[in-house]
Amino acid sequence: MKTNKTVLLVAATCLALAACSKKNVRDDTAGHGTTGTSSDTTTTTRPIGNSTGGRFTPSDLETNECLRQRVVYFDFDQDTLKPEFQAVVACHAKYLMDRPEARMTLEGNADERGSRQYNIALGERRGNAVMAAVRGSGGPASQMTVISYGEERPTCTESNEDCWGKNRRVEIVYSAK
Amino acid sequence: MHPMKRFLALVLLALASIASPAFAQGLDVGLVVGNDSALHIAVVPMEYQGSSAKPDTNVADVIRADLNRSGQFQSLADKDIVQHPQSGSDMNYATWRQLHQDYVLVGRVLDSNDGGYRVEFELFDVAKQQRLLGLAMKGRPQAMRDVAHQIADQVYEKILGVRGAFWTRIAYVTSTGLGANKKYSLMVADSDGVNPQSVVHSSEALLSPAWSPDGNKLAYTSFERGNSSIYIQDLTTGQREVVAAFKGINDASAFSPDGKRLAMSLSKSGNPEIYVMDLASRQLTQVTNHYSIDTEPRWTPDGNLMFTSDRGGKPQIYQVGPNGGEPTRVSFQGQYNASATVSYDGRKVAMAQGNGNVYRIALLDRSSGGSGRWQMLSPGNLDESPSFAPNASMVLYATKEGSRGVLYAVSADGRVRQRLVLADGDVREPAWSPYRQR
Repeated sequence: MKTNKTVLLVAATCLALAACSKKNVRDDTAGHGTTGTSSDTTTTTRPIGNSTGGRFTPSDLETNECLRQRVVYFDFDQDTLKPEFQAVVACHAKYLMDRPEARMTLEGNADERGSRQYNIALGERRGNAVMAAVRGSGGPASQMTVISYGEERPTCTESNEDCWGKNRRVEIVYSAK
Repeated sequence: MHPMKRFLALVLLALASIASPAFAQGLDVGLVVGNDSALHIAVVPMEYQGSSAKPDTNVADVIRADLNRSGQFQSLADKDIVQHPQSGSDMNYATWRQLHQDYVLVGRVLDSNDGGYRVEFELFDVAKQQRLLGLAMKGRPQAMRDVAHQIADQVYEKILGVRGAFWTRIAYVTSTGLGANKKYSLMVADSDGVNPQSVVHSSEALLSPAWSPDGNKLAYTSFERGNSSIYIQDLTTGQREVVAAFKGINDASAFSPDGKRLAMSLSKSGNPEIYVMDLASRQLTQVTNHYSIDTEPRWTPDGNLMFTSDRGGKPQIYQVGPNGGEPTRVSFQGQYNASATVSYDGRKVAMAQGNGNVYRIALLDRSSGGSGRWQMLSPGNLDESPSFAPNASMVLYATKEGSRGVLYAVSADGRVRQRLVLADGDVREPAWSPYRQR
């Protein structure tokens, strides 16, 4: 937890300076599903803001490499944000700060194992963990809502670790851009 | 299987399910596991002796299937029933003794004076050469399965001394279609899965059905408003109302034994806690107060609450009074325990137990005190949502076969299991009703 706070602080500082390099941004097509195999081969050094270094605009949601990542994955029965998602959290926090009219829903999800009712609670915890991280990076809480679907909205329906990993997630959804 | 063959098989299965009438949407396979110590009973086909049309329901078949499913009985196959007595005067005990039968049920179907049918039936103890029961039961033509279930209940109670639970219902949720066409339905069917009726449809998830103690209402969770909300619906009128739609989670409701209160899990304070709502005043009493997840409250017959909590790290079952206090832990075996269902006498608690990647239904018998005795009731990997029959003789639960959810009924001793499959879709979240009012 201490490490996370440190990372958050660093991320926040980066944002304040708006000029430091961003690490650990991963290509979403690689699939974050499998746990424990995250090799961050796609480390980049592009600035966190858009190409002009200024404020984010709605079109950046489709074009900015970091903002296009809107899924945060979790380990089994865990709600701890993994370090590799700090950068994603930070750029979405900046987006919220740049766009006070933007509204974000954090949709928490769980894999199919165990109780559906417990999984709804687990999904909410994950949503709250992402919200706390976005806030930690400066994103205003008033622009965010958490909703949990538990295991009711799987993206993958097979019963194996790969699928479960893809379903243990928080989806960042903009209800207003 | 070869992909093409598999595809064809699926198509055939789909065609078969289209062709079969709704009636066939019940328990579709025979017993999965047998029981050597079951009592042997011959249910003699019950001849129609009236003068109008014969009933659509084969009363003896329904009784036989009920008794077999309980795990307590093994009924004689039709082809081995060599004599067909219709009443006590036709009974030849020696024949049934030779067939190793403990009991014989005979009966006949007659016309009743109100346009329905009247079933007269008699139950005999072969060893004692004694008549145990001689009763008649009337029913409308379309209610003959109800009559058959009630006769099975009478037989069960007379022989075992425990009220039968065949004339009961089950609620469950189905989901069909994919993506934007996904449709969820809350269903109610007879305890054998026959006569499925839809209670409510939604394009968003439905879950956590809970019966009122009089069996007239269902509480459930629906996402139709976007977030989870708890509804109560009257099954006779179809009228429904939202009782909890607070910020955050509104889920896992359970009616108190007197039907006046509804326990639930709400996260309006920031994380899920157990609350009890007085249904008349809608006043909430907060029962738990802990930063952990507290959900799935279930009433014990003496008015306390069991619930799932991960306050010890992993989810386990705890018990607390209805007004709060310090919860005590109930489950001390298994890495993960959730979704408790409590027997009518409070002695047995079934739950979904996880060890590694294996989730099974475990039964905790607390009648001998201490931390209780454990027994595994199910053999699957993803077994969940157990629900006791009102007489605690069986447990209904959900599991997954391939990518499809199915329901199983297992006898409380774990020895007999039977699968309930609907013609289409994915089935989950079973809840066994209380006894029906006679």
